[in-house]
Amino acid sequence: MSNFTLASARDALKAKKISSKELTTAYIKAVEAARPLNAYITETPDKALEMAAASDARLAKGEGGALEGLPLAIKDLFCTKGVRTTAGSKILGNFIPPYESTVTANLWKAGAVMLGKTNLDEFAMGSSNETSASGPVFNPWRDGTKKLVPGGSSGGSASAVAGDLCLAATGTDTGGSIRQPAAITGIVGLKPTYGRCSRWGIVAFASSLDQAGPMTKTVRDAAILLGSMASIDPKDSTSTDLPVPDYEKALEGGIKGLRVGIPREYRMDGAPPEIAALWDKGAEWLKAQGAEIVEVSLPHTKYALPTYYIVAPAEASSNLARYDGVRFGHRAKDVKGITDLYEKSRAEGFGLEVQRRILIGTYVLSSGYYDAYYARAQKLRTLIARDFTEAYTQCDVLLTPATPGPAFGLGENSDDPVAMYLNDVFTVTVNLAGLPGLSVPAGLTAGGLPLGLQLIGKAFDEGTLLRAGLALETAANFTHKPANWWSAS
Amino acid sequence: MSVDRDTVRRIAKLARLAVPEERLDQLAGELNGIFTWVEMLNEVDVTGVPAMTSVVAQKLKWRVDEVNDGGQAQALMANAPAHEETFFVVPKVVE
Amino acid sequence: MNAPGAKILKGETGDWEIVIGMEVHAQVLSKSKLFSGASTQFGAEPNAQVSFVDAGMPGMLPVINAKCVEQAVRTGLGLKAKINLRSLFDRKNYFYPDLPQGYQISQFKDPIVGEGEVVIDLPSGESRVVGIERLHLEQDAGKSIHDQHPDHSYVDLNRSGIALMEIVTKPHMRSSEEAAAFLRKLRAIVRYLGTCDGNMDEGSMRADVNVSVCRVGGYDKFRADGSFKHLGTRCEIKNVNSMRFIAMAVEYEARRQVEILEGGGTISQETRLFDARLNETRSMRSKEEAHDYRYFPDPDLLPLELDAAWVAEIEKSLPELPDEKKARLIQAGLSAYDASVLVAEKESADYYEAMVKAGAEPKSAANWLSNEYFGRLNKAGLTLADGPVTAAANAAIVMMVGEGVISGKIAKDVLDLVWAEGGDPRALVEARGLRQVTDTGAIDAAIEAVIAANPDKVEEVKAKPKLAAWFVGQVMKQTGGKANPAAVNAALKTRLNLPDEG
Repeated sequence: MSNFTLASARDALKAKKISSKELTTAYIKAVEAARPLNAYITETPDKALEMAAASDARLAKGEGGALEGLPLAIKDLFCTKGVRTTAGSKILGNFIPPYESTVTANLWKAGAVMLGKTNLDEFAMGSSNETSASGPVFNPWRDGTKKLVPGGSSGGSASAVAGDLCLAATGTDTGGSIRQPAAITGIVGLKPTYGRCSRWGIVAFASSLDQAGPMTKTVRDAAILLGSMASIDPKDSTSTDLPVPDYEKALEGGIKGLRVGIPREYRMDGAPPEIAALWDKGAEWLKAQGAEIVEVSLPHTKYALPTYYIVAPAEASSNLARYDGVRFGHRAKDVKGITDLYEKSRAEGFGLEVQRRILIGTYVLSSGYYDAYYARAQKLRTLIARDFTEAYTQCDVLLTPATPGPAFGLGENSDDPVAMYLNDVFTVTVNLAGLPGLSVPAGLTAGGLPLGLQLIGKAFDEGTLLRAGLALETAANFTHKPANWWSAS
Repeated sequence: MSVDRDTVRRIAKLARLAVPEERLDQLAGELNGIFTWVEMLNEVDVTGVPAMTSVVAQKLKWRVDEVNDGGQAQALMANAPAHEETFFVVPKVVE
Repeated sequence: MNAPGAKILKGETGDWEIVIGMEVHAQVLSKSKLFSGASTQFGAEPNAQVSFVDAGMPGMLPVINAKCVEQAVRTGLGLKAKINLRSLFDRKNYFYPDLPQGYQISQFKDPIVGEGEVVIDLPSGESRVVGIERLHLEQDAGKSIHDQHPDHSYVDLNRSGIALMEIVTKPHMRSSEEAAAFLRKLRAIVRYLGTCDGNMDEGSMRADVNVSVCRVGGYDKFRADGSFKHLGTRCEIKNVNSMRFIAMAVEYEARRQVEILEGGGTISQETRLFDARLNETRSMRSKEEAHDYRYFPDPDLLPLELDAAWVAEIEKSLPELPDEKKARLIQAGLSAYDASVLVAEKESADYYEAMVKAGAEPKSAANWLSNEYFGRLNKAGLTLADGPVTAAANAAIVMMVGEGVISGKIAKDVLDLVWAEGGDPRALVEARGLRQVTDTGAIDAAIEAVIAANPDKVEEVKAKPKLAAWFVGQVMKQTGGKANPAAVNAALKTRLNLPDEG
């Protein structure tokens, strides 16, 4: 079963070599056995079996959608009707949404089966999955016997895919939350263009940056899953009106003549040499398949991270104001009046990293500081986006490292927030400019830990991006798997 | 622009977060670290640069004026920490 | 246009002038809310008209209601204002139980409508042009109910998310009368436009009034160079919800400020609440806590961009507004006063126009309404909408007088009959035999009867022709008021050989 990809399982189901019930049962068992990884917050085996039975019935009649009968894991940031949704926070308490997010509704319409809700950094704020109220997630990959983080914020989804606890998973990416964990758990992660997947029903972190996307074992799987996640949604004002292309078909044709840009500003001082070496290798792989390699410049790159750490907390401070203990979620006991209720409920309900970002965001929007911080950051954002527009006059996609290093140990970056934020240094520019980014596993460190390379595409050109990703994947031939240390059996 | 205890206290009040006195100094330190770091943005001349208002080329969606939502007071109360009939209930607010 | 001078407020130490600006919240007439598909209807069960968007549930997103945008543009055009083809929605962040998202979506820096004006007519016959600073769209908040339980407040979000237009004036009003007249005029305009029902009892229109006082001459300096330093510190009086209260609140507040200033004190800029029961304003201390709304563009929405051709279409479809209608009525022969009275309320203008359309002569229709029908409505405590007589019926009565079918006096009786019994006035006149008698035979017979009964009066009237009026009265009495007075006059003159000037 662990050899299945989304594509091969789909074909096996269609060919009736296996039933969705069998597939689903096997994953339910794997999920139960893998509880030490803490990848799932909520397991939904009964629902999964029910959905699998319905899928089998449809498949038996020769019917079924693009994902019919395929068991998936859902990041616990997507609201799922009737299934507890926590966003990794205590403040949502026992929140049971009376509605289904557009993305998950699309998946169920395509026939997918829900295995459960995966762990994440609280409100998707983090790069290590250590800030979850449900506790940290462990990376299936270890450094010897040292446990490592899976990255964040979609750490549960990344571990679930890497540990074969689902066929594929959904993630969300605000500053790198799909691509960074994908890279350091050895899987594929795609952040689509802003607006390609509806944000409706996804617990908001930073509205102008958040974007849902697939986390999968292969590039083809990412194409398949994105095809079902994406839609035109009249309920999200910022989502695109462009029709959803056939991404799997877009994989065909190779990359002959594709111009691949290498942004020189991504060569950072002090970066581990093996990151740079892998990057060079990636360029060679693509060149060997007929791509043209061009050096380009993204001059405002170094301002991306500080810009992000103004814009994202500012939006978050406002988005998280609705968690006030009045209509849903955690409410503090024994309060003296409404202000006390707010202050205590929020202090008890939000973890420290979330509180820190709310404070940053509140500060940069407050009277007297708005122009110096928020207004300036939004102008920088315009400049960062212009850099990409300029670069894309010379190339079709960009190739960069995905992360500054491999998975790290728990607690290793938590003393200094800025050090932790640096994990997103290569991914965050993409969110600021609204572009699609794809992380593809490309090799192992000397210590045997996975590293990824990132491809960045033009807006709404996921097709080209995926085709380049397939070329990279084929050349890298990353077949490594973590040894299973987590199952009791 | 240095963040001190009082600033943290004021910001926490605005954000409706109860921050214990003993955490104020530590938070002030952390925030200062972050704000010192973001000060590098001041290197850039942003004169005449428009602030970003839409990330990708997309026009705002409009909806038709139809009543197609509401009528779900019970569903709204299902997650409420306190409610009476179909009112949300909070401690008395003094005007 | 004649602009009146300032109304002077006499103080102990000299004269003061009042300066007033206003922020009016007008609820947009639309079926659904500004950013959700929940109904806007008044009076529903608690939280029955609330979408998950309105309740600020996690992951819910706003989508703008096209009708609300159109209504804001329509109102802007009616205020002769600049329509901004690109505007932005901002979040105004603050915590309150009836503000479920923790922020109100509003327009702060770039509103949909810019500068415009409203002309107000004053009883003196003078006019005042009140500048409009801006109009923007925003969400209403829900309602907290504080008086139902000793320890709890109850929250109803039915209003949450309903579209409001906030209309901000320049500080161009100079007396409590002008403030009330402005609101009355603004209300008429939005009701003509059909963009707000103007129902102040249901909170569809609420006004916050900014009042300051300055020494005589300060205001003119302000108008000359635009600097607010010439004006006094203003206080904002919240939610004054009737025309009468506005006048009372302004009067009280101006007096209060003058007393403080003359006592050597200073005015602190603050928000005050008008208490109609005590006829006073008082400081809202709980709101005094420093606000910092942390406005920023709402990232869930993109800039609101309007097509110039679409705006032009709306402009073409604008109805005739009060000022234009008044000018037209004056042109049609009405007095400025009558025209003002008729156009002041959309209902009366519509009613009047319906009468004219049915065939009533414009001036007679106006006189009839203001002298007869409005008076009866007033006495009965009825609004025009509740009144029992249709415009068509009133038009028929006025027309019958014009046609000589009934006399003016009978017309009033006919109105009373229609009022009490309903029915078609023309049929009623026929059925009750109220038709004016113009048949000379009948009139002559009546004259003979009067002469026969009063031979002495015949001699008197021959000596004193002015006494003919007495005969006319007697003849009218004889005919039950139905005789045509002109015909009676003529017949009497002939019969009694009276000179023409009699």
